[in-house]
Amino acid sequence: MTEIWSAVLVLSITGAIFAMVLYFVAQKFKVVEDPLIDEVAEVLPGANCGGCGKAGCRAMAEAFVKQGNMDGLSCPAGGAEVAKKVAALLGCTPEEKEPQVAVVRCNGTCANATAKTHYDGLQDCAFANSLYTGESGCAFGCLGLGNCARACQFDALSVDPETGLPVVDESKCVACGACVKACPRGIIELRNKGMKDRRVFVACRNKEKGGDARKSCSAACIGCGKCAKTCPFGAITVENNLAYIDFNICKLCRKCVAECPTGAIHAVNFPPKVERPAAPAPTAEAPKPEAVPASNNQTQA
Amino acid sequence: MKTFAMGGVHPEENKISTAAVIEEFPLPKTAVILMNQHLGAPATPCVAKGDKVKVGQLIGKAEAFMCANVHSPFSGTVAKVETCKDAFGLTKPAIYITVEGDEWEESIDRTPDIKRECSLEPKEIVDKLKEMGVVGLGGATFPTHIKYSIAPDKKAEYLIINAVECEPYLTSDHRVMMEHAEEICIGVSILRKALGVPNAYIGIENNKPEPIAVMKAMAAKFEGIIVEPLKVKYPQGAEKQLINAITGRRVPSGKLPIDVGCVVSNVGTAYAVYEAIQKNKPLIENILTVTGKKLQAQHNYHVRFGTTYNDIIAHAMGTLPETTGKVISGGPMMGKAVSNLDGPTTKGASSVLVIDESEATRATESNCIRCGKCMNACPMGLEPYLFSSLVKNRRIEEAGAHNILDCIECGCCFFSCPANKPLLDEIRLGKNLYRGILMAKKK
Repeated sequence: MTEIWSAVLVLSITGAIFAMVLYFVAQKFKVVEDPLIDEVAEVLPGANCGGCGKAGCRAMAEAFVKQGNMDGLSCPAGGAEVAKKVAALLGCTPEEKEPQVAVVRCNGTCANATAKTHYDGLQDCAFANSLYTGESGCAFGCLGLGNCARACQFDALSVDPETGLPVVDESKCVACGACVKACPRGIIELRNKGMKDRRVFVACRNKEKGGDARKSCSAACIGCGKCAKTCPFGAITVENNLAYIDFNICKLCRKCVAECPTGAIHAVNFPPKVERPAAPAPTAEAPKPEAVPASNNQTQA
Repeated sequence: MKTFAMGGVHPEENKISTAAVIEEFPLPKTAVILMNQHLGAPATPCVAKGDKVKVGQLIGKAEAFMCANVHSPFSGTVAKVETCKDAFGLTKPAIYITVEGDEWEESIDRTPDIKRECSLEPKEIVDKLKEMGVVGLGGATFPTHIKYSIAPDKKAEYLIINAVECEPYLTSDHRVMMEHAEEICIGVSILRKALGVPNAYIGIENNKPEPIAVMKAMAAKFEGIIVEPLKVKYPQGAEKQLINAITGRRVPSGKLPIDVGCVVSNVGTAYAVYEAIQKNKPLIENILTVTGKKLQAQHNYHVRFGTTYNDIIAHAMGTLPETTGKVISGGPMMGKAVSNLDGPTTKGASSVLVIDESEATRATESNCIRCGKCMNACPMGLEPYLFSSLVKNRRIEEAGAHNILDCIECGCCFFSCPANKPLLDEIRLGKNLYRGILMAKKK
């Protein structure tokens, strides 16, 4: 009988000693974490896409709580819905933001930009870009090796084997900007989704002179400036032989699309039957075009 | 017989143009002279459209530290100063020259007499090399005057002349040793004087018995020049491997040859040094091997920079053989495929290789089986298979911690891989990305 009691006693005493040690250690190394972080992390999408610029959703939640408001921070993947939820938790008003989508600004399909050489090296755009111009000879165009598609965490990008160009699935794209960062040539841009998802953009990044650009691709922007002259709103700037349409100014009249001699300007999601709406005359308060450098990758809002 | 300690492979030698005597390449009608033909910043053009230039006239001035002067290899009129597409289609600043006649600068000694005496002081030699735009002709085109300006806290003990020519196919060094042995030895003596070292070692692989004999006979007439035959193994011509083979020393990671007291120059550079110092001739031409298994005739040419690859092909073979898969500038192991044949040759060009389709295509890649052949082959003691997966998953900093920047890009790993994995491509990409990270950190 005494054996049993001594065993109980010994175990109880050691248990009490360890409990005390653990208590003091826990006090000494206590980490105080705001429970709000967990709540914010809960409402974030949890894809860890890195579109916000942080290491992942948890890091973003920490940044939100640390800052206490949403100024300068936004979750492109979650969009307005998540912003509203986070704002409710933080007790601030969410920033109103136009929904955006990734746009591939290259029209160098296999037919337009025929391959002059054959590349069988590492299937990685960043590597091919460091070696040479690419199969078509255009040093600005899409290499078609799919770094953007691999970077996409939402399965919204794929390289079309027929054209050799990436295709954006607009229903899946959350405009996180991962593809924009992955493209070594800055071809992909985040643009406002636009009214009824309609967009007009220059599908080319070639800054060479017209003749040189045409040599490598039949659908290249040759920098002729016709579109800029046609645009009634001054939304188009031509710099370094390359036109750029500012999506904040563009009113989707599509006059430039008709004017472009190479078909470098693309209009997407318009109804097939073209009923040209009467273009409203430029009003006095129409914003003046800002000089937008064509090389600018508009990753921000 | 000496060779380097670690790794290495034995590619098929294919030196089929060893017997072709160096020929003068005819002048083209127009030429494009790139402003960055060397490692570092491009030179600044100092002529304008419409200017008349002579052969050897300065047309691009070195303004940055890491830069070399560019001289006109042709006489004629400057057609335009603009950009051009180089052999890889990339846009570079260049000077276009319409070639008219062949009028040389008066200061250049064009007589065939060999000038043996050099009375210049070491400092004057380096300054003259800078003026003459001499760069290393082994492939990396490192400005020679920078290499021979030794920092005061460093001391050179060995001058090593690289005549290994371990790349398959290439024979320009072989030919220049056969035909210009005395000039090379004078050039080596000048470099020895510039460094102030007692001995210069000329490393030659023993698959070149004729040049070894010729150079040995010639070196005996000079003081302090030792010809060192080496056991054949690729990449013996790589700077660090050659130092290891000849001196037994190892260049530590991230250090330069001068840190172990060595300076290495190519044998072609030694010849260019002779011409620059003794004959006042700037670096305007190089010896190019034009070779390929399917070609009727093999050639070694004296080609002036700015001649386009198309000009060379048209003169050497008319048109490319129908089954040509690739045209490579440089050796088959380390050279680059030329994607734009309208592009001009540069100071670094050493050959035009016409590779047949059957040899040009890569075999299908399969999975790594961890056999370790790449590690055994790597002459730098690196782990290529590891870099491959780290780079693929973009874990670049880890690759950096495993010394990815030590890779000399010799291609032994890719050559030995039974799974045909593009190991070198991945490592090159990793190096580029890691350099980017380091640059960003510096800022």
